[in-house]
Amino acid sequence: MHRIRSLGSVALLALSLVLVACASSSTVSAGGDQASASASASAFPVTVDAANGSLTFDRAPERIVSLSPSATEMLFAIGAGDQVVAADSYSDYPSDAPTTKLSAFEPNVEAIAAYEPDLVVYATDPGDLERSLHQLKIPALEAPAAAALDDVYAQMSLLGQVTGHEADAAAANDALEARIDGVVQQVGDAGKGTTYYYELDDTFYTVTSDTFIGSVLGMLGMRNIADAAKGAASGYPQLSAEYIVQQDPDLILLADTKCCGQTAATVAKRPGWSNLQAVRDGDVVPLDDDIASRWGPRIADLLEAVGNSVEGQSSS
Amino acid sequence: MKHATHVGHGVVGPGRPSAARARRRAVRWTAIAIAVLLASIVVGLFAGAVRIPVGGIVGLPFGLGSLTEQQRAILTELRLPRVVLAGLVGAALSVSGCAYQAAFRNPLADPYLLGAAAGAGLGATVVIVLGGAQIPLALPAAAFAGALGGVGFAYLLGSTRAAGRTSTSLLLAGVAVASFLTAVQTYVQQRNTDDLRAVYAFILGRLGTGGWHEVWIALPWVAIACGVLLALRRTLEVLSLGDLEAASLGAHVGRDRAIVVIAASLATAAAVAVAGLIGFVGLIVPHAVRMATGAGYRLTLGLSILFGAAFLILCDVLARTVVAPGELPIGVITALVGAPFFALVLRRSGAAR
Repeated sequence: MHRIRSLGSVALLALSLVLVACASSSTVSAGGDQASASASASAFPVTVDAANGSLTFDRAPERIVSLSPSATEMLFAIGAGDQVVAADSYSDYPSDAPTTKLSAFEPNVEAIAAYEPDLVVYATDPGDLERSLHQLKIPALEAPAAAALDDVYAQMSLLGQVTGHEADAAAANDALEARIDGVVQQVGDAGKGTTYYYELDDTFYTVTSDTFIGSVLGMLGMRNIADAAKGAASGYPQLSAEYIVQQDPDLILLADTKCCGQTAATVAKRPGWSNLQAVRDGDVVPLDDDIASRWGPRIADLLEAVGNSVEGQSSS
Repeated sequence: MKHATHVGHGVVGPGRPSAARARRRAVRWTAIAIAVLLASIVVGLFAGAVRIPVGGIVGLPFGLGSLTEQQRAILTELRLPRVVLAGLVGAALSVSGCAYQAAFRNPLADPYLLGAAAGAGLGATVVIVLGGAQIPLALPAAAFAGALGGVGFAYLLGSTRAAGRTSTSLLLAGVAVASFLTAVQTYVQQRNTDDLRAVYAFILGRLGTGGWHEVWIALPWVAIACGVLLALRRTLEVLSLGDLEAASLGAHVGRDRAIVVIAASLATAAAVAVAGLIGFVGLIVPHAVRMATGAGYRLTLGLSILFGAAFLILCDVLARTVVAPGELPIGVITALVGAPFFALVLRRSGAAR
């Protein structure tokens, strides 16, 4: 019985993902009569093409509810932080983000409406979030998970347009691009010939190069050992321990330091892992799980951390 | 014990075999089971995501190996313990499924019947959510305690009825306890969606990556439980006749069933603690064994241990190799392979009747 229930909820999860993928397009217009009061003098009304359709804003939203930690980070990065009145329970960065108990996973439309938002930003619609908000005449903008770095830039620009911080968004994008280019240049050819294993949890779930994080790491020219398991599981396969040990990757990137308390020391204690090159040479790199699972501007921090290790790798 | 060869779930051999024939059948099937188990161990050692030279594997125990350091580590620290663990878990789930099916006279009984899975799921979820999954032994201990707690809860609840601990009241109590614990588990899980992946990994079942560590955790419990149940195999045969019949044969039905449930629950809890919730094994292996042999519980209990171990070892080979170098959750394989196989046995035994 337990089994049936759990399989059922996995199916539900899958179904909701499908529903998100084909979220209907619709047009929501932010009905506002008192103009002005906006942050910067952009050209409002503004119409944007969001993932959930075309949206028109007569003025810059002043009461934003963000249900996406990545969007929260972007909004603060482009100077729209003051316009955010509430962020979901996982939006813990930056520290002055107005984190609330709002769930992004099972959004409660009444609780969201209680903040009287004039814009709700979300990453995934688990069912009828957008439709419910539409009925309450609350504009909603879908900012879905990025598939590549270009999506991050585009999302940041979009949020800039909508919030009246177009120039700030452009500046933030330039800064991000500069940092990433810096890492890529710093690493140079050292990345070629370097293999890496990127760990999502301590049961060896990982990412292929088809994922966002995989594509970003791929900019350094490294080879992902999980790419041999492509097609196994939509970009997030679970690797066999035997295979990881046999591949003996040059770098072990731990994106499970928070979730699963993994460190270079715990990795070294795993059966069969103590003789791995990366373990012996100290090339087990702890990463911040949160940054690794988001697609905000802090992706540059992560790439810099990895970049430094790749460089050390080539000189060792 | 004339009745002994004549029970089972409506699947009985034609006529009543003589004692000598029964003994010959027992010897024959035990030999087959041991051969199948040994063969599956060999397959388990030779198959994997990484190709290891056959000669090296064969030579290793004799110190003649031509294996590299790395191949040796993969074989002895990863593959061999995994095969042993699969065997232990398969044996534990099958023997407890068999015991439950006899003690409750219910063909749908499986090791999770009395709330063991729901209790273990709750225990594991709480530990994962509290961030204690990294503390050594915390997760298996919580799953183990949860499984036993669930069964204990159901047992207490089932015994408060005027009728005492009848198998029906126990079953119903188990259903209620399982639903309740599952609801609590789901609540805790949904409040902490950060940990969803870790919780699902447990619920879908996974044979550990901890080398010999998990084997040592599970081995003593599984060994004790198998020993106790094997010693009680005649009692199981009697219990499977029904409460009234068993009592008229002089059995202490309540006490005997309690011992069986405790032993089976220990085996289940140990399996769940190291491998999460692997379904289907405990349900179909005992049935398949009974249908194939046409024998009663006295013989099929022991055969379930051997065939259960072999079955899970082979399922794990598929989990490790089908999408190599990726892996599949073992729970998916047990049902995917188990269901058609079970249907085949069902049809064949039907045709033989």
